[in-house]
Amino acid sequence: MADLPDASTCYELLARMTTIRRFEEEAGRQYQRAKAGGFLHLAIGEEATIVGTTSVMRDEDYLIGAYRTHGHAIARGTEPKRVMAELFGRVDGTSGGRGGSMHVFDAEQRFMGGYGIVGGSLPIAAGLALASDYRSEDSVTVCMFGDGASNTGNFGETMNLAALWSLPVLFLVENNMYGMGTSVERHSAQTDLSVKAEGYGVPGERVDGMDVIAVREAVAEGIRLAREERRPTLLEAFTYRFRGHSAADPEVYRERDEVEEWQQKDPIETFARRCVEAGVLGEREVSESREKAEATVREAVEFAEASPEPPLDTLYEKLYVIDGAGWYAVDERSPEPHRGEREGSMPEAARELAEAGAAYAGQPDGPRPNPAEQGDAELGSQQGVEPESETDEADEGVGEPQEAD
Amino acid sequence: MATLRMREALRDAMAEEMRRDEAVFVMGEDVGVFQGAFKVTEGLLDEFGERRVRDTPISENTIVGAGVGAAMAGLRPIVELMTVNFSLLALDQIVNHAAAIPYMFNGQARVPMVIRMPGGGGHQLGPTHSHSFEALYLQVPGLLVACPSTPADGKALLKAAIRDDNPVVFIEHEGLYGVRGEVEDEDVEGDGGNGAGDGAVLRFGEAAVRREGGDVTIVGALKMAHVAGDAARVLANEHGVEAEVIDPRTLRPLDLDTILESVRKTNRAVIVEEGWPHGGVGANLAALITEQAFDHLDAPVQRVTGADVHMPYSKRLEQAAIPHEEHVVKAALAALEGSI
Repeated sequence: MADLPDASTCYELLARMTTIRRFEEEAGRQYQRAKAGGFLHLAIGEEATIVGTTSVMRDEDYLIGAYRTHGHAIARGTEPKRVMAELFGRVDGTSGGRGGSMHVFDAEQRFMGGYGIVGGSLPIAAGLALASDYRSEDSVTVCMFGDGASNTGNFGETMNLAALWSLPVLFLVENNMYGMGTSVERHSAQTDLSVKAEGYGVPGERVDGMDVIAVREAVAEGIRLAREERRPTLLEAFTYRFRGHSAADPEVYRERDEVEEWQQKDPIETFARRCVEAGVLGEREVSESREKAEATVREAVEFAEASPEPPLDTLYEKLYVIDGAGWYAVDERSPEPHRGEREGSMPEAARELAEAGAAYAGQPDGPRPNPAEQGDAELGSQQGVEPESETDEADEGVGEPQEAD
Repeated sequence: MATLRMREALRDAMAEEMRRDEAVFVMGEDVGVFQGAFKVTEGLLDEFGERRVRDTPISENTIVGAGVGAAMAGLRPIVELMTVNFSLLALDQIVNHAAAIPYMFNGQARVPMVIRMPGGGGHQLGPTHSHSFEALYLQVPGLLVACPSTPADGKALLKAAIRDDNPVVFIEHEGLYGVRGEVEDEDVEGDGGNGAGDGAVLRFGEAAVRREGGDVTIVGALKMAHVAGDAARVLANEHGVEAEVIDPRTLRPLDLDTILESVRKTNRAVIVEEGWPHGGVGANLAALITEQAFDHLDAPVQRVTGADVHMPYSKRLEQAAIPHEEHVVKAALAALEGSI
């Protein structure tokens, strides 16, 4: 077993893991309260893999994850309250409420996103690494994904490209034994995922993903290879999620015994015990880390509760990058001018459009019709596109041309 | 001004922008040593080297995805896909990632990249190399879609696309690569802005009125801009009809104003496209015209589209599946029925 680092590092590792654990538990509770919507994928049990990895990354390195990444962002340095606000769909969320649980992002911390398409982030990781290489920068990319993603075409394509171009990237497969509800044995012909990219020129290693120190050391070496030798590698971390795939998972595909067996290896409990037994941390510090996590998460919920919902007039914002030229943001179905004199004041024009019902521009006032509620998506849009109703012009001679030749 | 072929104009656009901005680079299948499947990247490898002109494996989704990642990290990739049909292999990266990322991450990331792809029929390339997917891409919020028909527009739009901070699907027509036309020289005083005050860069969302006329409006992009022009000449010479021909040049953003203005004048519209009829460019535009200029229409909007089949190989069948000037003439006359 690898040696423990110094006390302050141990405390930091413990504190981060504990914060993520408490955050995820609370996120699950808030989901039950319907404060968080959509799908909610919790990383309870996987904290050592996450924190071990980020603890040896530099500020300038990129981290990119998949759809179970609340913890990854927090481990990278994103304030938990901003992640919670994102789960709540509020303006102070990491993506302003546009991304949700699966699409957390923090450019400042170089956390380059959670992605909802399994395997979709792998090519992007290659691109981030390509940018570092292109500019002869030292930064590396760490790309974390699940065992299920190793079956996507992107996995093979990206491994080949990374090896071919000697990209500074470390691939880390968080093998939690299940792609949703399908076990590794049932979804991958090669169950040793660490060798799965060897044929592409990306060699692999395996590590105990429940041991934060082991993860730290393995990731540090993978990062070194990427940074110094421009050699991409694949690290397979064995880990386990104690909760279901998402918050809506009856877990019919695994036995209670298996879950309990893994819970014995709880990455936080085992690490705390080891630190105390080695005399590196005291019981007092362990409980202090729990109390701080508790306070952080309580504050996160309060912050998220207090954060406003995104105003409707921001619906079209950030769709395009518009630097002083506003002609992209206009919905072509609007009766408003598309270019010309109003280009300079697009925020204002966009607000007016939104107030007019945004995508349903043309509907003079009242709330935006919800096609789902009406049980007929087409009905919604048909209602919305009534052209300039009740104008004099429209009333004149139905069916008669206005300006016949 | 110089007379160039479309492929040369596009290459010059890339070369000029690469000289201008170190962050611009090209990658794609056979863009380097082979100089491009359609020779659009000819000479770029010699001038810029392998770092900036990168031959890739045949991995469309990963090529585009690597472009997305590189763009998010501040580079300006130009990704060439060999045909629009192959772009379907990259649809996940184009739609779920390139187009969505700026919005779903609330503007924290930009994806300034150009995805070039040639399409269209006429070379007997059969059902997997000849299609027209403008309609597919114009539907996606977050993307810009360019469809140039002349070398001048090709160059000016590609330069604008490279400078733009949004992901651009840049559709080229295989049948137009050899077409010659007058092209602006390099803009020495390029201001780096999105076209304002820069003669060599064309703003997106500005249609070109190729021919003025008061009887019927004909809208067509890419090769269909030429077919529309040919039809307009036949209409004038043989039927005494003056057609107004509009080339939208970009489909997203779409210069609907110019089209509506024309329809309000002519009261009739014909839309020509090479793609399939259902949910097509014409279907979209016909709806927009009907919604916003209904009272000005004297006849139903006419659509001329590619046949609702996969592009056949047989020259005879292929030609039968692509719109020609006689189809456009017929549609225009149908729109004018009873008034001439």
